[in-house]
Amino acid sequence: MPEAATLEFRGATKRYPGHEQPAVNELSLTVPAGEICVLVGPSGCGKTTAMRMVNRMIDITGGDILLDDRSVTDREPAELRREIGYAIQQIGLFPHLTVGDNIATVPRLLGWDKPRIAERVDELLELVSLDPGDTRDRYPAQLSGGQRQRIGVARALAVDPPLMLMDEPFGAIDPINRESLQNEFLRLQQRLRKTIVFVTHDIDEAIKMGDRIAILKEGGHLAQYASPAELLMYPADKFVEDFVGADRALKRLALQRVRDIDLWKAATVRVGEPVPGARAKLDDADIDYLLVVDDDGRPRGWLSDRGLSGERVTEEFRSKAQPVVEMDDVLRDALSDLLESETRYGAVVDDGGRVQGILSLEVISQVLQAPPEEVPHGADAFVGED
Amino acid sequence: MTLAQVQIQKREGGTCEANNGFCPDWIADNLDRYVDPFLQHVFLTVTSVAIGFVIAFALALLAHRKRWLLPPLSASSQILYGIPSVALFLLLLPITGRGSVTGLIALVSYTLIFVFVNVTTGLDGVPKDSVDAARGMGLTERQLLWRVEVPLALPEIFAGLRIATTTTVGLAALAFFAGAGGLGEEITRDKGFQSNIAVAGGLAVLLALVLDLLILSVQRVMTPWRRAAM
Repeated sequence: MPEAATLEFRGATKRYPGHEQPAVNELSLTVPAGEICVLVGPSGCGKTTAMRMVNRMIDITGGDILLDDRSVTDREPAELRREIGYAIQQIGLFPHLTVGDNIATVPRLLGWDKPRIAERVDELLELVSLDPGDTRDRYPAQLSGGQRQRIGVARALAVDPPLMLMDEPFGAIDPINRESLQNEFLRLQQRLRKTIVFVTHDIDEAIKMGDRIAILKEGGHLAQYASPAELLMYPADKFVEDFVGADRALKRLALQRVRDIDLWKAATVRVGEPVPGARAKLDDADIDYLLVVDDDGRPRGWLSDRGLSGERVTEEFRSKAQPVVEMDDVLRDALSDLLESETRYGAVVDDGGRVQGILSLEVISQVLQAPPEEVPHGADAFVGED
Repeated sequence: MTLAQVQIQKREGGTCEANNGFCPDWIADNLDRYVDPFLQHVFLTVTSVAIGFVIAFALALLAHRKRWLLPPLSASSQILYGIPSVALFLLLLPITGRGSVTGLIALVSYTLIFVFVNVTTGLDGVPKDSVDAARGMGLTERQLLWRVEVPLALPEIFAGLRIATTTTVGLAALAFFAGAGGLGEEITRDKGFQSNIAVAGGLAVLLALVLDLLILSVQRVMTPWRRAAM
């Protein structure tokens, strides 16, 4: 099986008899191999129907759906489904089977031999951060909600399918655990690079998880299909604008980290440096302040023109270096830090705490003008941390 | 035709026997006369439950696949159960004659409802998300039924089997009306005698208990996940 498949909806339509409006109306979009496409929209917009049409849990009544250029309608449903990972909100683990047997469902259907299945089960449990020896022989009822969710994902990944369908897979999890499961999943995706159709009603989850987002509106119409940044910067219509919310700019900032953008250069001085040299640095600097650093380059405080009166730089007239922003911080959090400290500038430090540059309100507002293509998305935007 | 043979039996023994009392000595001496009726009772119960189970289980699976069959099949099993048992034994006599076959036919018809109702409710009670996940992963309808639905319905199915078995042990005590023998015949043969009633009745109760425990232990072996959930 290929590692990832290309999925194409070509005017795909689902019309139920007796209903005037189609559930999904001429949906056309392509999900490139290895990308996460999030289907999002209010309830009744047809997003789950659209997802279920892919593995023929619901059959289309018009148009076509192509998996690697082959129409799904040409395939035997059961055979097609075994090639497509399937994870749903309620997880649907089989209560009468152990974790290992649950994960082994599709491998058994495909006739794998026992040693290969056992090996794969352990491998998958490790992949989703569960201890195989501890988990393999338990029943679903003996696990926590988060563990069950992981098993659901492991089961969907069992035969390394080139395409995964996920219907609100983290929907039934409390917000804190959901956040860490999302992060875990993005980290997994950085390695696996599956093609994924991900359904959610939560725009924040869509922006976080999606390489591309398809916003559907009532009647199964595609309102917009775009990258998260493009969606936030150029909503196609009033519906999309309302759906993404009034804090579009802030959501957009949440997609980027401090390390992704061009910072201002910091003019740094050390205590004891001669004042004339320091004054020259101040004249060249982007801002009216010098950043005093210690011998290791760690920020100690801000110094203005008024502080440069004697012969050498002293620690007097220095205001504390607040806030200190880290390279891995998302811009939204960094902006919040600046606002909280009532300042226009913040020192940016690397992992060792050494100054790397200056983040300013001006830099952040410039970022918002940048074209959406430059904004990372999905697993690419994710930097490993919980 | 005599419906119930009321006859005064001559019994050997002392005053206890003469007074129709509960006589341990008499019981010890006469236990062997209950062996054949007891085995007959076991045969009637086990055979009719087994046949009834197969029929009702098959019908329930059919009704699970073809939903429109559910109301007529439920109604039929209910009507069969509604016929008074003695009447059914007697009704069958002219058709199938006296003997085990008549007894079995009547007993089988009473087990149907318990198994049928419990299998269908058991299958209906299978979590919808498990069924959806099974289909979504590519199980065929047959694989879905035997690997997911039936195993998950087992607790309900076993419950039906237990009620059917216990009830049949009781009803089989009336099978002698059809000439099928069983412990009922012994009970009525000397129904004024406490010792006789105690042994024949006691054996029926014992049989019901043993069969119930047997089914329960099979159920525990077949549904290990039920204990894990606790």
